[in-house]
Amino acid sequence: MAKDILRVEKLERIFRVGSEDVHALRGVSFTITEGEFVSIMGTSGSGKSTLLNILGCLDTPSAGDYIIDGVSIKNLSKNEMSTLRNRKIGFVFQNYNLLARTTAIENVELPLFYNSDVPAKERRERAEAALKLVGLENRMEHMPNQLSGGQQQRVAIARALVNDPVILLADEATGNLDTRTSYEIMSLFQDLHSQGKTIAFVTHEPDIATFTTRKIKLRDGQIIEDSPINTQSAADALAAINLQKED
Amino acid sequence: MNIGNLIKIAIQSLFRNKMRTALTMLGIVIGIASVIAMVSIGQASTQSVRTELSSMGSNMIMIMPARQQRGGVDMGMSSSKSLDNKDLESLKNNTRYVAAVSPMVSSSKQLIYGNNNHSCSINGVSADYLEIRKYELAEGVMFTDEDVKRYNKVCLIGQTVVEELFTNGESPIGKTIRFGSIPMTVIGILESKGQNGMGNDQDDIVLAPYTTIQKRFLGINYFNMLFASATSEEESELAATEITYILRSNHGIKAGAEDDFDIRTQEELVSSISSISKVMTTLLAAIASISLVVGGIGIMNIMYVTVTERTKEIGLRMAIGAHNRDIKLQFLSESVILSLFGGIIGIILGLIISYVASKLMNMPYVVSTPAILISFLVCAFTGVFFGWYPAKKAANMDPISALRYE
Repeated sequence: MAKDILRVEKLERIFRVGSEDVHALRGVSFTITEGEFVSIMGTSGSGKSTLLNILGCLDTPSAGDYIIDGVSIKNLSKNEMSTLRNRKIGFVFQNYNLLARTTAIENVELPLFYNSDVPAKERRERAEAALKLVGLENRMEHMPNQLSGGQQQRVAIARALVNDPVILLADEATGNLDTRTSYEIMSLFQDLHSQGKTIAFVTHEPDIATFTTRKIKLRDGQIIEDSPINTQSAADALAAINLQKED
Repeated sequence: MNIGNLIKIAIQSLFRNKMRTALTMLGIVIGIASVIAMVSIGQASTQSVRTELSSMGSNMIMIMPARQQRGGVDMGMSSSKSLDNKDLESLKNNTRYVAAVSPMVSSSKQLIYGNNNHSCSINGVSADYLEIRKYELAEGVMFTDEDVKRYNKVCLIGQTVVEELFTNGESPIGKTIRFGSIPMTVIGILESKGQNGMGNDQDDIVLAPYTTIQKRFLGINYFNMLFASATSEEESELAATEITYILRSNHGIKAGAEDDFDIRTQEELVSSISSISKVMTTLLAAIASISLVVGGIGIMNIMYVTVTERTKEIGLRMAIGAHNRDIKLQFLSESVILSLFGGIIGIILGLIISYVASKLMNMPYVVSTPAILISFLVCAFTGVFFGWYPAKKAANMDPISALRYE
């Protein structure tokens, strides 16, 4: 049986806004096993961002437990959480969040700077390998403003991969891209998935979700649907668009 | 995170904003450069004053009559008539540490030669005066004890007097100058000494036997002051003590009563003038350090703006695993590197400025090591002090809101 990568149990998150308590998450439980490609869906206000923050160890739940790669985040200090993010999680953001005026390779190297186990030489090699993996081996010395949106997102994905995390967390990673580029990025994610990466992909676009293997749908802080998907190939979808264009 | 990575990240970020980095550094550069330049120019001027003063004769001792009060009215400096021939003789004969003594009586007269005239004071001295004041003869001879004994009407003149009176290039030796109605024969010309430390022309001078001035000019039998020289610079204090003892006994001053004369050694004069110039140096340095503080505040200001501007970057670094400490140290080392580099450039610039200034003002070039060390420490301190608060602000950001910051 595949190993559990992360498990959440009766997760609750309550924000205090003024004098009112807002329940962003009301008892969410699920498990993601190794090699899954999960999409987390929901409209705005459904609690998916709050969930992602907790999954990404940026936030702590008000109640319930979260275990990532065998480590419970209960009772972890801020610094331990930071180290956990550095070693186990790869983030991909909607707006890429690359450092301006910094070359692609330097951007990718960044997480390894915060991992003192990695010497400078290995840092470079791993960053190069990650960029090769996303198909940007010819763009290593380019600055973000010399790259297209899709390329920038690839750099961001390479950066997420460079620490060899147990899970990739993507937050609306195709939200700023046109359909065609979105499909290219999804195709890249599918490639990574086929190489054995575990991915959690937050999106509100149903067609993007069809490229994943499992769908978790949230509404009002609760899971309303958790089902496997009849996975579409992003490469095929891309080919279909290209075909339409030629017509 | 290890130090190497930290410094690399800090330098990378500084290089990403070359213009801003350079402008922020400029504040520190100007601050440090002006402190260094001011301090070394100040010290150079102290030193040049010192050298000039010791060219006047560093073992020289001046003895002046004390201020006198008559009926409650202060008669001004050196107003008493306490110094006379008896004092001169006993200082000449009964001392061990006094090498030479010369009295001085001054009179101010209009000098006339041919169609030229010049007003200056004429000093009555003895033959030892030249040695005491380190005057050299350019031409001619010094008057002798015989001239003193006979009140002879002979004199020596300085270069300025020569230029004023002998305008057509003739040799003044053997010529007769009139001092008011009294004719005097020039027997020697003094070597030029230039201006002294206080800007007085040391060549605008006429020397004559003191007896001549006393008897023929003024009709007095006391001296305005006495000049003595100690056997060596180190012994000037001993000599001063000796002189005090002799004069007190000559004047019959009882134990406990105040001296009726003042003794000043050259060392005292040097130290009083250098203390004035030290005050000036400190003042200059204080003014310059204001610009250093302004530069430091500039760094703090920029670091603040930088922290806000780079909120997203901070959020990202936290998301990919930077500890709060890493963020704090990154911003702190950025400001320290900024101020240290600014400091190094400032020190170099300050040294160049003071070198150029010393050449322009004809002063010795003094490198003040303490000033350099202190400015360097101030730089490091500025970096930490003014970088601390912005760095702390950065480190305390919440990664979630930092990432969302627009």
